[in-house]
Amino acid sequence: MHQPVHAAHHEAAHAEHHELGFIQKYIFSVDHKVIGVQYTVTALLFLFFGFCLMMLMRWQLAYPGEPLPVIGNWLGEGMPGGVMLPEFYNSLGAMHGTIMVFLGVVPLAVGGFGNYLVPLQVGAPDMAFPKLNAASYWVYFVGGVIMLASFFVPGGAANSGWTSYPPLSVVATAGQTWWLIGMVALITSSLLGSINIIVTIVQLRAKGLSFFRLPFLVWAQFVTSFLLLLAFPPLEAAGILQLMDRVAGTSFFMPTGLVVSGNALPVAGGGSPLLWQHLFWFLAHPEVYVLILPAIGIVTEVIVNNTRKPLYGYKTIVYAVLFLGFMSFIVWAHHMFMTGMGVTMSNFFQVTTMIISIPSVVVLTVLILTLWGASIRFTLPMHFALAFLPMFAIGGLTGLPLGLTASDIYLHDTYYVIGHFHYVVAPGTLFALFAGIYYWYPKVTGKQMSRFWGKTHFWLSFLAINGVFFPMLIQGIAGLNRRLYDPTFYAHGAAIQDLNVIISISAWCLGAAQLIFILNFFLSLKWGKKVGDNPWEATTLEWATPTPPPHGNFLTEPVVYRGPYEYSVPGEEKDFLPQHVAPAKA
Amino acid sequence: MELKYGYGLVPDLSAHGAGIDHLIKVLHVFMVVLFVGWGVFLLYCLIKYRRRPGHKASYESNKSKLPKYAEIAVVGFEVFLLVGLSFPVWSKYKRDFPADKDALVVRVIGQQFVWNIHYPGEDGKFGRTDPKLASGSNPLGIDDKDPASWDDVVSVNQFHIPVNKPIISHISAMDVIHSFGVPVLRLKQDATPGMEVPIWFQAVKTGVFDIVCSQLCGVGHSLMKGVVTVESAEDYQKWFAEQPKQFKPKAAEKAPAPAAEKKQEG
Ligand code: HEM
Ligand SMILES: [Cu+2]
Ligand SMILES: [Cu+2]
Repeated sequence: MHQPVHAAHHEAAHAEHHELGFIQKYIFSVDHKVIGVQYTVTALLFLFFGFCLMMLMRWQLAYPGEPLPVIGNWLGEGMPGGVMLPEFYNSLGAMHGTIMVFLGVVPLAVGGFGNYLVPLQVGAPDMAFPKLNAASYWVYFVGGVIMLASFFVPGGAANSGWTSYPPLSVVATAGQTWWLIGMVALITSSLLGSINIIVTIVQLRAKGLSFFRLPFLVWAQFVTSFLLLLAFPPLEAAGILQLMDRVAGTSFFMPTGLVVSGNALPVAGGGSPLLWQHLFWFLAHPEVYVLILPAIGIVTEVIVNNTRKPLYGYKTIVYAVLFLGFMSFIVWAHHMFMTGMGVTMSNFFQVTTMIISIPSVVVLTVLILTLWGASIRFTLPMHFALAFLPMFAIGGLTGLPLGLTASDIYLHDTYYVIGHFHYVVAPGTLFALFAGIYYWYPKVTGKQMSRFWGKTHFWLSFLAINGVFFPMLIQGIAGLNRRLYDPTFYAHGAAIQDLNVIISISAWCLGAAQLIFILNFFLSLKWGKKVGDNPWEATTLEWATPTPPPHGNFLTEPVVYRGPYEYSVPGEEKDFLPQHVAPAKA
Repeated sequence: MELKYGYGLVPDLSAHGAGIDHLIKVLHVFMVVLFVGWGVFLLYCLIKYRRRPGHKASYESNKSKLPKYAEIAVVGFEVFLLVGLSFPVWSKYKRDFPADKDALVVRVIGQQFVWNIHYPGEDGKFGRTDPKLASGSNPLGIDDKDPASWDDVVSVNQFHIPVNKPIISHISAMDVIHSFGVPVLRLKQDATPGMEVPIWFQAVKTGVFDIVCSQLCGVGHSLMKGVVTVESAEDYQKWFAEQPKQFKPKAAEKAPAPAAEKKQEG
């Protein structure tokens, strides 16, 4: 069924690939690889920017009310005399969250890795809709520019948290309007991207590449795209409703009888602040899996390749993520246990939350058991992939006390929550993304990144990032709330202020360690060791292309003869058997 | 009594908190056991199966049934956590309310950036409120025409309660969402405008500690601190008697107090 489309597409791609000018080739390109690289670089810049916002906040948290030397004086209104204002602190917090999630991790994991690798791994010459693909990148770019510009509007950038709960967000300064418009752009971009990935996987698989021969990363991107496609529209609608509440005087989220600063608010009323929370979390919980699934996919590819043996339980892990994707739509209200939910509802959501932890346990088990009987190569990407396992385990385990209502009474809105999900998305997802960058960099550029500096980057990051997030779990246990501009204002916060100093210093060290990565990333382009087409001796189709892959990807249309992870097959001369190599005649 | 704060759970002065603390402790032991178990296995594999001359990966995977049993054990334990430890505590906290007559009933209203505590006074009835009457000196908009309001007290940020008596608090807010969090009493309830949510609790020891707003509510969020004072019944009575009765009309001392309905917010 998909074959004719594939062939037609293949020809089209070849017909148009001569004589493109620089702008068409590298800026307004429709080649999935160029778009993937554009996404990757833009998202990495945003990640670094979002991280810088956090490093600034860490100053205020470690030394509340003290002027920040030198840098503090450059930041103008938000930091008069170098001392951070609470308004500015709140903007930094809201924008850190927004930028990391919507402008950093999702675009990198789905836009970057998804775009670059999915067509290659399914043996297609490009995405199903190349122009839509370019449109998706540029809408993302516009969304990013709007978010950045919002820092310069009166009152600064949005300051009601990345969750933007009304009524606060509706009565907030102008930055919130920009935030909403930016979000609408970002969501639109994700929708365009996800539909493209789904169609590409369904329609453009190479001959012989059945669903159960897909590399696991493709499955992960497939489920992720469905989550984006189904969960984002409610948030887009909610974003527009909130925009109307702000600019057109509607009251979707505004109840009757509001009195703000001693004055009755002139709104019609009758709306519901909780409605927003439901719409928001209906997206934002699946979003959590949007952040983690591509990471699991990358880690699986890297681990299997470096164990030199087949994945333990391929079907098990595929069914686990399908189940995970489905379940992620019925756990959202575990973020709202403290809103006043009744016993029946909260019991339902506690149960679904416990159930969704099971596929995560299965994924971890599969990955660890793959190591059993392996011959493990400790390559640079493997370092990051292996570190992912215990970090993701901490992230998942610390979800349990938050998913049980009784313990959540105490832990909700404390630093325990921050520690929990950062273990999942920072030493978890981000490490997986680093693993992916180190692993596919040679395919994209034809050069190897420096191993020595890569390992230095790994060890420094690993130590520093745990220095950042582990103490947060302790702060949470000690009852310290998140989103506090001055944690020492409370006796129980002041008693453990030392931890904030440790965390901040670790965060700055972590920042410094990333400079190594940035230098390595760019300098290796010029000075990195040249590599061949398949430097890791891998089996999946992306390694069957020339390095770097040309426009149109494959020199001849690939045919697939076997599953994705045929390593150490008995009786074979080499320890890997690529998917596209025809079996020798017996 | 001075409360001690440090790196562990804050002290617990509530009647219902023991179940919460127990669950948190059991969970963390479980988490540590699982994590260490996994970790040791991971390290073992990394060392035993590292690439070295003469060592080859095997095509076959581990056939042991052990992982399956381990997964089933984890699931079984999660069921126990839910049914054995979480449901009962939560149901008691949410459902088993004492009768109003056996408790002290108050309203707690979050406002940027203070906590208003509305006590009904001896008659046990709250005066009528209307947002249109709100003003600087009467932020809750309490109607002083309603005789039920005449003995009401509105206390700002000072929440005095008698020890060992059930307290029912109706939590709401007038402007944006706040959250009534009292770590030492193991309480947290969002204060959402347009809704009034009742919670109940009982303090078992006297002490003074903080109400910490637990939902971002604007610039002053981190300063939105209230103080709970748990004291003996006598001390509480004494304190209450000293509070100004601001809604009492100057000439109304002798007026009969007609029955007023318990007010509800819009
Ligand atoms: C797998 C990847 C996961 C990610 C990326 C993730 C991320 C997050 C995020 C972003 C929050 C929101 C905090 C906030 O701003 O209010 C959160 C909270 C929460 N997470 Fe996760 N999480 C993950 C897994 C889990 C698991 C496995 C569980 C439970 C078994 C879980 C349970 C919860 C609960 C109950 C909350 C709400 C806590 C509260 O609001 O008090 N999460 N998580
Ligand atoms: Cu969630
Ligand atoms: Cu607050």
